[in-house]
Amino acid sequence: MTGLLLKDIRKSYGAVDVIHGINLDIKQGEFIVFVGPSGCGKSTLLRMIAGLEEITGGDMFIDGERVNTVPPSKRGIAMVFQSYALYPHMTVYDNMAFGMRIAKESKEEIDRRVRNAADILQLTKYLDRLPKALSGGQRQRVAIGRAICRDPKVFLFDEPLSNLDAALRVATRIEIAKLSEQMADTTMIYVTHDQVEAMTLADRIVVLSQGHIEQVGAPLELYERPANLFVARFIGSPAMNIIPSTVTATGAQTTVKLTGGKSVTLDIPSDAAQNGKTASFGVRPEDLQTTTSDDFLFEGTVSIVEALGEVTLLYIEGLVDKEPIIAKIPGILPVHRGDKVRFTADKAKLHLFDADGRTYRR
Amino acid sequence: MFYQLAAAAGFMLAGVLGCAAYFWGTSFVLDLIFPSKGKSGAVASRNLRITNAIRPWLFLAPALFALATYLIYPVIMSLWYSFHDRAGQSFVGVSNYAWMVNDGEFRQSIYNNFLWLLVVPALATFFGLVIAALTDRIWWGNIAKTLIFMPMAISFVGAAVIWKFIYDFRPEGAEQIGLLNAIVVAFGGAPQAWITLPFWNNFFLMAILVWIQTGFAMVILSAALRGIPEETIEAAVIDGANGWQIFFKIMVPQIWGTIAVVWTTITILVLKVFDIVLAMTNGQWQSQVLANLMFDWMFRGGGDFGRGAAIAVVIMILVIPIMVWNIRNAAKEMKGH
Repeated sequence: MTGLLLKDIRKSYGAVDVIHGINLDIKQGEFIVFVGPSGCGKSTLLRMIAGLEEITGGDMFIDGERVNTVPPSKRGIAMVFQSYALYPHMTVYDNMAFGMRIAKESKEEIDRRVRNAADILQLTKYLDRLPKALSGGQRQRVAIGRAICRDPKVFLFDEPLSNLDAALRVATRIEIAKLSEQMADTTMIYVTHDQVEAMTLADRIVVLSQGHIEQVGAPLELYERPANLFVARFIGSPAMNIIPSTVTATGAQTTVKLTGGKSVTLDIPSDAAQNGKTASFGVRPEDLQTTTSDDFLFEGTVSIVEALGEVTLLYIEGLVDKEPIIAKIPGILPVHRGDKVRFTADKAKLHLFDADGRTYRR
Repeated sequence: MFYQLAAAAGFMLAGVLGCAAYFWGTSFVLDLIFPSKGKSGAVASRNLRITNAIRPWLFLAPALFALATYLIYPVIMSLWYSFHDRAGQSFVGVSNYAWMVNDGEFRQSIYNNFLWLLVVPALATFFGLVIAALTDRIWWGNIAKTLIFMPMAISFVGAAVIWKFIYDFRPEGAEQIGLLNAIVVAFGGAPQAWITLPFWNNFFLMAILVWIQTGFAMVILSAALRGIPEETIEAAVIDGANGWQIFFKIMVPQIWGTIAVVWTTITILVLKVFDIVLAMTNGQWQSQVLANLMFDWMFRGGGDFGRGAAIAVVIMILVIPIMVWNIRNAAKEMKGH
C-alpha cells in the first residue's frame, strides 16, 4: 500500500522545462510539505498531482494505480486552494455537498458527511450562509470541509494560509495540524513558501528549486544536516552565515582557512583530492556564541545591534565581501555598535560545503 | 467643403469654451457674492457653507435643463396630447385610449410586440452566452468575436436593407437573388415571398435584431465569463463536474446578474423596435409593432397627434418597469464587484 509515487515526473510548457524529473515516494498518511522560493515549481507539481496540469513525462501512482491520464475527480484527491475557490452562489452546505451530488450519492449520505465535516470544523452554525457572509478564516474552513467531504486518499493544500492575516494563520495552521492527526490514514501534501508552516506541519519536507528536488527529509534533519548550500540558506531565519574558505588539510578531520584569516578544523572527514580546493564554511546565526577566550572562530566589529529582548541580533560587516555575518544570541547583551566581538561555535554545529555546494557530511 | 469643416470646428470650439466659461464664470460670480477670503471667521465659514450648497446645483444646471427640455417636457406633452383630438386642440377624455382597445391593428401590434419580447431577448442572450463561452477556448475566437460583433456597427435600417436581399423573392422560374430562396430552390422547393407570410414574417424580422444584438450580448457576457475566478472552475473539475455541469451550475450562476442586465437591455430595445419593421414591411402583412403604429398615426395621413401620443404613452408604460428593474440590477452588479 503506497500513498503516492512519482517517477521521473517532468513538465514542459512548449520548449520551456519547468519540472526536471522529480522522484518521490510518499507513504500513506504522511504529511509532506513542498517548499521553495516562488517559481520553483512547487505549485505546478501539486497541480500535476491534482490532475489540473498535464504530466509531460514520467509516471505518477496513487495507491498503486498509474494516474497520469486519470481525471482529477477519479484520483481520490481533494484540493484546498489559496483563494478558497468557494462557489459564491452556493451556501456553505451546498458548497460541501456539490461534489457528492455530482457523484449521485444518496441524500442521507451527503447530509451525514456534510454535517460530520461541519462538526469537525465548527461550521454547523454557518451551513445556510453564502460564502460572502463569512470571514476569511471561515471561508478557508469551508474549503477544507469541502475537501474532507470528498473523503480523499490524498489531501492537497496550495498555500492555504497565504490570504489570512497573521493571527488567523497561526490558528488555522494548528487546526490543519489537528486535522491531519484525526485523519491519520490520509496523505497530505502541502505547498507553502513559509518555512514556519513547513517546519511545524511536515513529517517530511521537500525543498524544491528551479524544478529540482534539493533535499527531502524531516524538518530537523534539513535544519541540522542540509545536503547543500541552497537548503542550508533556505531553511532557518536569519539564513546561515556562509564564509568562503580554502581547504588546507584533509583526512578524518578537515581544516579550512576562512576568508579573513583564521583556520578552523572541523570533525568532518574528507579525501585528499579536496586539498587546496575552495569550500564554503557555514554556521547558523543561532549557533554562534560570544567569547573572550583566544579560541574563537572569527572576530569582528558590530555594525548593527537589533535587541528584540528574547534575542539580540548582531550584524558584523566587512568580514566577508558582501553580506554581513549575523549572530543571534539569546537574551539581552551589553554590546554596542562599534564593539569588537569574538565568536565561537559548537564544533558539531559547523557546516562545510564543497565548490559545487554539496555538503562534506555524507 | 472647407467652409463646412471650419464651421463645424468653430462650433465645437465655441461649445467647449462656452461650457468652460459657464462653469468658471458662475463659480466666480458665486464667490463674488459670498466671499470667504479675507473675511472674519464666522462670516467666512457661513459664506463657505452657502457656496458649497449652491455650487453643485450651478454645475448641474445645464444637464438638468437639457433633461427637462428633452425628456420631461415631451413626456408631459405626450400625456397631454393623448387626451386631446387629432390636432391637439380640444379635450376628448380617454376616447383615444378607448379607440385603441377596440382597434384591430393596435391589438395586432401588442400581440406582435409580445412575440418579439419573448423571442429576441432570449435568443440574442442565449446565442451571445454560447458564443462567448465557446470563443474563449479557441485561438481564432477573437476573430470570430469581431465578425459577430460587426453587425452592432450597422444601423437598423442598413441591416434591414441587407436582410431584404436575403429574403428577396423572384417569381418561380426566375433566378433567385435572395439567399434564402436560392437555398430553398437549390433543395427543390418553391420560392416564397418570406416577409409577406403572416405570423411567420415576424420571425424573419426578429432574425435581423437577433443578428445585431447577439454581438452586444456576447461582448458583455464574455467579459463576465472572464471575471469568474479560475479556481472555482478547477474546484468543480476536482469535484467531478463535467463540461455541461460546470457551465450551467458553476459559471452561469456566477454571471446571473450580468445575464439579467443583458436580457433586460435587449428587452427595452425590443419594445421600441421600429426601424426594422418600417424598412422591411412597414407593418403590412400583419407584422405591425407599437412604435411603427405610433409613427403611422402621428406623422402619416395628415397626422393624429392624440392617437399617436396615446400609443407612445402605452410604450412608455411598458418600458418603465423593465427599466427600473434593469437599473437596480446593474447597480447591484456594480456593488458586488
